[in-house]
Amino acid sequence: MPLEVLVVEDSSGDIRLTREAFRDVNPFIHLEVAHDGVEAMAFLRRQGDHLHAPRPDLILLDLNLPKMDGRQVLALIKEDDALKTIPTVILTSSEAEADVLKSYQLQANCYLSKPMHFEAFHDLVKSINDFWLSSVRLPQKDDEEDEQESGTQVPHLRGRKRSPGMRRNNDNDNDRRRRNAH
Amino acid sequence: MPIEVLLVEDNPGDVRLTQEAFRDANPSVHLHVASDGVEAMAFLKREGSHSEDPRPDLVLLDLNLPKMDGRQVLAHIKADERLKTIPTVILTTSDAEGDIAKCYGLQANCYLTKPVQLHAFEALVRSINDFWLTKAKLPQTHV
Repeated sequence: MPLEVLVVEDSSGDIRLTREAFRDVNPFIHLEVAHDGVEAMAFLRRQGDHLHAPRPDLILLDLNLPKMDGRQVLALIKEDDALKTIPTVILTSSEAEADVLKSYQLQANCYLSKPMHFEAFHDLVKSINDFWLSSVRLPQKDDEEDEQESGTQVPHLRGRKRSPGMRRNNDNDNDRRRRNAH
Repeated sequence: MPIEVLLVEDNPGDVRLTQEAFRDANPSVHLHVASDGVEAMAFLKREGSHSEDPRPDLVLLDLNLPKMDGRQVLAHIKADERLKTIPTVILTTSDAEGDIAKCYGLQANCYLTKPVQLHAFEALVRSINDFWLTKAKLPQTHV
């Protein structure tokens, strides 16, 4: 079952590099692309052409975008109760301290700057995959909670209970409970 | 330049394992320990005996803590304009979906569950170090 990652990025070169790097490191990732901030918000809110868009497990957000700036997209995500729990990682060429600080103030989950060289970029994508999509526990999607409660499958929403990383973590459930009992 | 990490953890065994794992992974990490939620907030606000303590670059926060719960500590950090920019990583034995959703709702930067096996715990500390203290850009500390 795929992990859904939304890349919000206007540079076609960077989109291609991101796609290739994810394909190499984790074939379970389903990458969706929004090319500007307005499209990103339409995707997240399932408006217009994005009516059937999946809810992403992770968002990779560039800051300098056409139509609506990445900072505005971040602010909108983090003030929306339905969207704020989606981990949003800033991935930008800006290394300006002001951008780093502002992004954390707006509650970005973390800030990464894009390296210039392809190999370093590839390594960074591998780190994002290893950390966010393997080690980190991501929130269960609200859609799935709804499905579980109602017992019905909403046709356009993909049911997916746990990421592969989550499943791996759960192997230790019994041990952990034993330890907690003490 | 040392990297200041605040570990909020009441279990002395986990404190020791975390200290040892960071010592192996990155000698420039200064690990500070608060053993309950009240002490964590005093450290962050530099109150009482913590007036000379540094502002942490990263907080590792357990959820089940004496005196003040980790969820409350997280809510206080993320509601405070001066503290909210400090990346706060939940590191807990709880893998209840309710805790995970609640913490992301309170704007935890990420949620990690403590593995029980020692080698897996050491690997997790290494991955925290590699990702948060090497790859991620952290906000500059304002003293």
